Amino acid sequence: MIYREAGIYRSSYAADMAIFPLALDRIVVGVVVVIAFGVIPFVASGYLLKGLLIPTLAYALAAIGLNILTGYAGQLSLGHAAFMAVGAYGAVIAYGRYGWPLLLSFLVGGLAAAAVGAVVGLPSLRIKGFYLAVTTLAVQYIVEWGITHVRWIGGGVYATIDVPDIVLLGAPIDTGPRRYLLCLGTVVVLTVFAKNLVRTRVGRAWMAIRDRDVAAEIMGIGLLRYKMLAFVVSSFYAGVAGALISFCFYQAANIEEYTLTISIRVLGMIIIGGMGSLLGSYLGAAFVVLLPIAISNAMVAVGRVSGGLVTTDVRANAELVIFGGLILFFLIVEPLGLARLWKTLKDYLRLWPFPY
Amino acid sequence: MSAQLSIHGVSKSFGGVQAVSGVDLEVGPDELVSVIGPNGAGKTSLLNMVSGFYHPDRGRIALDGQDITRVAPYRIAALGVARTFQNIALFKGMTVLDNLMLGRHVRMRSGVLASIAYWGLAQREEVRHRRRVEDVIDFLRIQDLRRRVTGSLPYGLQKRVELGRAVALEPKLLLLDEPMGGMNQEEKEDMARFILDVNEEWGTTVVLIEHDMGVVMDISDRVAVLDMGQKIAEGTPDEVRADPRVIKAYLGEKKVGHPARPAAR
Repeated sequence: MIYREAGIYRSSYAADMAIFPLALDRIVVGVVVVIAFGVIPFVASGYLLKGLLIPTLAYALAAIGLNILTGYAGQLSLGHAAFMAVGAYGAVIAYGRYGWPLLLSFLVGGLAAAAVGAVVGLPSLRIKGFYLAVTTLAVQYIVEWGITHVRWIGGGVYATIDVPDIVLLGAPIDTGPRRYLLCLGTVVVLTVFAKNLVRTRVGRAWMAIRDRDVAAEIMGIGLLRYKMLAFVVSSFYAGVAGALISFCFYQAANIEEYTLTISIRVLGMIIIGGMGSLLGSYLGAAFVVLLPIAISNAMVAVGRVSGGLVTTDVRANAELVIFGGLILFFLIVEPLGLARLWKTLKDYLRLWPFPY
Repeated sequence: MSAQLSIHGVSKSFGGVQAVSGVDLEVGPDELVSVIGPNGAGKTSLLNMVSGFYHPDRGRIALDGQDITRVAPYRIAALGVARTFQNIALFKGMTVLDNLMLGRHVRMRSGVLASIAYWGLAQREEVRHRRRVEDVIDFLRIQDLRRRVTGSLPYGLQKRVELGRAVALEPKLLLLDEPMGGMNQEEKEDMARFILDVNEEWGTTVVLIEHDMGVVMDISDRVAVLDMGQKIAEGTPDEVRADPRVIKAYLGEKKVGHPARPAAR
């Protein structure tokens, strides 16, 4: 956050290695969490919750998953939506067809995606960079084919399975605020897990592989094991994100929501938000999910004011142009993403107005 | 003296190039042994085979009597072998602290499940190993660099951090590939002091490849000389300096008997 520290008061390594070593940071984050859990569900409109916040949260979780694989472990993937699909169908089948408890079904979805991820991770020992990306592209198509063609999974040609009424521990999750809270709770818990993972032994091993795989191996890191682990954990996150999207957002598992386009959208989120940054995953997801809607609303307003000058088709095209332009703008301003932009801003304001 | 590292009759060729042929080398515990030789003599190849990066075509390499000839690099690291690289191979996107903590990787145990829960086992382990890392930071006098990303450090400091990463592993055998390459005199003296301290105070066996003859002759217990993939001499610095074959390898046929001191480069 934005302020000046007067010095370093940490007196133990545990305090020095905390997620937020500064008390003010902890307070601000605590306030944000309290508002997110305790205020927003009661004051926000149904549209804000269901249309904006739920997809942002779910995609943020998917972006965290891809960030673990690509941003931290350095393995490029174009098949992230395939893992989301596996998670979505796995969870819906476990919940709807077999009547398992909700959280267990999410876990099943995540684990199913992780199992597929483990298989996909196998070739990563030999195949690197763009070539690995093409391998994951193949996975995207194989999974899509499997879901649409295997009746047991997709349930027919449209590969759509409706989610029955959601019940969590006896409480029906039937309203917007409740769905939002389910989403938020899952995402926050998994974010804390991810943060703990990337700042300790396993996360360091991933970053070492990303930065210099030869040196990582010489320092005692088994490459196959840790690359596989990155795939497994990343796919687990993707799987749970996919389940959240199908349960809380669409209320159905539909293969159309997990196509290659979505893989690339999620990749776009972590590039715009910041590789190797959990905050960046949130910022990137918000950018990609919310900005087009904001632009669209702004264009409607412009259309109204201009008195028929901005027609519907002009508007539709202009939205895409503006969105694309903004992506370019932010990437030119800060190629390392919004998270780095935020950090630069903080560093600047810490010294402002005496920057020396 | 029972050897800590014993290299016996090791050969390696790449295509038609015989990089190393039939080299024997014994390094005792706590020794500081330098391997010297002209460019392309096979020094780095030899080190790469010890750290498991290549496997020799013939011969045997043993660490404390255990055969490591065909063991994978990450397992050799777990046995207590650390090294630095000729061209710095730091993790450039990570901080100095994370680079050194990564050096502790083989000494730590936490897996995914312990790590995600953090508060408990993983935190205790992190703190315990952070203490050892802080010892290394103090030893190398890089306290002010902890939070710096290593990619942004000047060359000499990167070399120092890389040594720190290797030392953080608490190796019993430390392999250093030209730790002073491209340094100025002052940086070389600092580095020589660090290497001597690691060797003498921490009791780490060191195998050093270095081109600076002044440093090699000053700090080594023994020196082995490679030329064209073969070991042509071995002994104390004084013996090696006087060896006619060494002088020939470095200076050519003429003036046999002249000290080889200014031969480097």
